[in-house]
Amino acid sequence: MSKPVETGQIIDIDILRYRPEEDKKPFTQTFEVPYTEDMSILEALQHIKDHLDSTISFRWSCRMAICGSCGLMVNGVPKLGCKAFLRDYYPKKISLEPLANFPIERDLVVVMDDFIKKLEEIKPYIIPEKTGDKKCLSEGPHKQTPEQMAKYKQFSMCINCGLCYAACPQYGLDNKFTGPAALALLARYNRDSRDFGEAQRMKIVNQEEGVWGCTFVGYCSVVCPKGVDPAAAIQLLKVESSKDYLIGMFKPE
Amino acid sequence: MSKRKPYTRELPSDWWMKQLFYTKYMIREGSSVFITLYSLILAWGVLRLSQGEVAFNGWMASLQNPLMIILHLIALALALYHTITWFSLAPKAVDLWIKGKRLDDKVIISGHYATFIIATILCLLIITL
Repeated sequence: MSKPVETGQIIDIDILRYRPEEDKKPFTQTFEVPYTEDMSILEALQHIKDHLDSTISFRWSCRMAICGSCGLMVNGVPKLGCKAFLRDYYPKKISLEPLANFPIERDLVVVMDDFIKKLEEIKPYIIPEKTGDKKCLSEGPHKQTPEQMAKYKQFSMCINCGLCYAACPQYGLDNKFTGPAALALLARYNRDSRDFGEAQRMKIVNQEEGVWGCTFVGYCSVVCPKGVDPAAAIQLLKVESSKDYLIGMFKPE
Repeated sequence: MSKRKPYTRELPSDWWMKQLFYTKYMIREGSSVFITLYSLILAWGVLRLSQGEVAFNGWMASLQNPLMIILHLIALALALYHTITWFSLAPKAVDLWIKGKRLDDKVIISGHYATFIIATILCLLIITL
């Protein structure tokens, strides 16, 4: 890898730090990082850890917006550290904070347990027509037309980075709300032609904590780094939920 | 023993002032207050109409009050703001597929504006004719 050109320019980066062993509450620490045009926020964090303060903690893995590990707040906006660049802020200061609406584990690392639990709750797997009625492997693969795939593909692109939860004031105000990514994933399975679990999942959708916890702020779709558009998924589920309610009025179970 | 001690940040009550996107959202939602006031005034007018000409003319005269005019101008501005922002969000709630392709966002938005214009013209015709 070629060494970046040293320009002698410096950018100030404020980081909200929290060390559970010694701190009662988070505090801000400022670091001076040598600025290069092609440096990402994640690379700046790595520079800080390697050269300035080895105690700083942050999550990362792939460096290419696939793993969804390096989500953080950049000047108050949820972003992936690997997909945000110093050049878009320089020469102004950058402030980094852990993802909003999640508890802080340490420094820029948040506790995502609640988010993971919600992803599991929405039955994120293909449910066959009837249990015991599964298609035998010898009968070949489940076929799907490009059109059938197009109906759900967008909602299947989620990398579980949690930026949409950090962008959602409804989740921030009350974390009982199922939230954008989990509901988008739910829509992904409900819209899949191979899946027959819609009736089971509608019970989650119809709840107050389901789609009706959403007031269509729409910021989740703005911050999504993969173009999933969870706000659209939720509005479409609201339509389905309304239909479900109307049909339920005339058809007792 | 675990050294874990997760720190939960409080959401400040002015959270919607710190991000322009949230502020715009709150204006969109807040428009409902003025639109409710407008609807109540209009409903009051209908009630006065049922009580005869004198009552109705009294209501009409009360609308000439500068405060009432300002209130109606604010309600109009907010209603237009709500309409424009709502129309721009409409494609997210529409799932129309034609020949295997999702209907383009622009088509859905222009459809909303076209309906809005036709409805406005029809209402104006009913009032003026």
